[in-house]
Amino acid sequence: MIREFSSVDLIFIAMAIRWTLILSVIAFIGGAVGGLALALSRTAHSRALRWLSMSFIQVFQGTPLLMQLFLVYFGLAVLGLPIDPLVAAAVALTLHASAFLGEIWRGAIQAVPQGQSEAATALALSYRDRMRHVVLPQAMRVATAPTVGFLVQLIKGTSLASIIGFTELTRAGQIVNNATFQPFLVFGTVAVLYFILCWPLSLLARRMEARMRLAVTR
Amino acid sequence: MTEHAITMRAVNKYYGAFHALVDIDLTVERGERVVICGPSGSGKSTLIRTINQLEAIQSGQIVVDGIALSGGDNVAKVRQEVGMVFQSFNLFPHMTVLENCMLAPMKSRKIPRAEAKATARQYLDRVKIPEQADKYPAQLSGGQQQRVAIARALCMKPRIMLFDEPTSALDPEMVKEVLDTMIDLAREGMTMLCVTHEMEFARAVADRVIFMDKGVIVEENPPEAFFGNPQNERLQNFLGQIA
Repeated sequence: MIREFSSVDLIFIAMAIRWTLILSVIAFIGGAVGGLALALSRTAHSRALRWLSMSFIQVFQGTPLLMQLFLVYFGLAVLGLPIDPLVAAAVALTLHASAFLGEIWRGAIQAVPQGQSEAATALALSYRDRMRHVVLPQAMRVATAPTVGFLVQLIKGTSLASIIGFTELTRAGQIVNNATFQPFLVFGTVAVLYFILCWPLSLLARRMEARMRLAVTR
Repeated sequence: MTEHAITMRAVNKYYGAFHALVDIDLTVERGERVVICGPSGSGKSTLIRTINQLEAIQSGQIVVDGIALSGGDNVAKVRQEVGMVFQSFNLFPHMTVLENCMLAPMKSRKIPRAEAKATARQYLDRVKIPEQADKYPAQLSGGQQQRVAIARALCMKPRIMLFDEPTSALDPEMVKEVLDTMIDLAREGMTMLCVTHEMEFARAVADRVIFMDKGVIVEENPPEAFFGNPQNERLQNFLGQIA
């Protein structure tokens, strides 16, 4: 039975934003932890650590996010765990975000001049203190803009979770469209909502980039 | 005082196939001021960087302040006793001058903040820039930055100071203020190893001058003999070029 697109549908779609946001936040926090571990491993002394972290990054950057979602989703079943679309999507997006943030932050760490960590080493600072007080604060300045940029990609990437049946923004749109069959109106609304989420972040990233350039040339 | 400040025995260092340090034997006494010079690529910087193990060695033995440089714990101990000043200053740009001087004493020596601050002010005073304490490194001139770097190293109360071409990156008019700071330090009896081409400095404070070429210590003598009566032909050429 086909009915008209109404304010009830609009509210249904808008409410689904919270799942898009929850998924984005989980993936971003998980990705930040994983990404930091990967970035430190990529710049570590140990060859084994460097190799392992690089392989992880290559695999997750070299395969489609959708395949990663499928593999985690059906992988849970293979392992005998209950299939939960939210868990599967959160795990897959966390792994995906870890790989990309790891690579962004590796570059930022390597952008800090070698002399900085040498001076810290000569001052008898431990690896931990060197990273925490000298290298990472400087790397963070370089990394902030591309990190916010990636967050935008991640928010849009959560739309793929709709395919494994997780009702976030995109899937809510699909459900409403099945009932109303007004795809242009429905998905137009969905797109506008994504844009409202992402556009301010894009602006922020651009502002940060400009400020970064200023700081470098100062 | 039976112990030497630094003892190096048969030290060899390779970068891949390149033999950077060749059978280095060197003893530095406590309170001694040693200047190392030589053409670029001669291994002089590499040599002092092995003393706090910024560079690992492939064979030989290094003992610093009675501590053998082997194993992780010892390396950390040696680094606490050995301060280093770099050609490019390497101040931490995101910290104020004062914070630069306080970080290592607080984190590595576990000294309370208030005491670290007092020590930092004391050494900034000694290198004659107490008024710059709250500025960031980028706001200072090169000479001032290098003096901060010296103060930062001194805040760890090291027993030995290493200088790796400390004036090479400076504009000519700033060389003197840094050299004066180093001369003061030498007069106070600090054990110093200094890679530099400032022969005036060598004449003024060095107990011994070492000439290196191709990873080998070619000649070492007190300054009078070193400059007055150089034996080795390569040293004669070198002195001819820089004079």
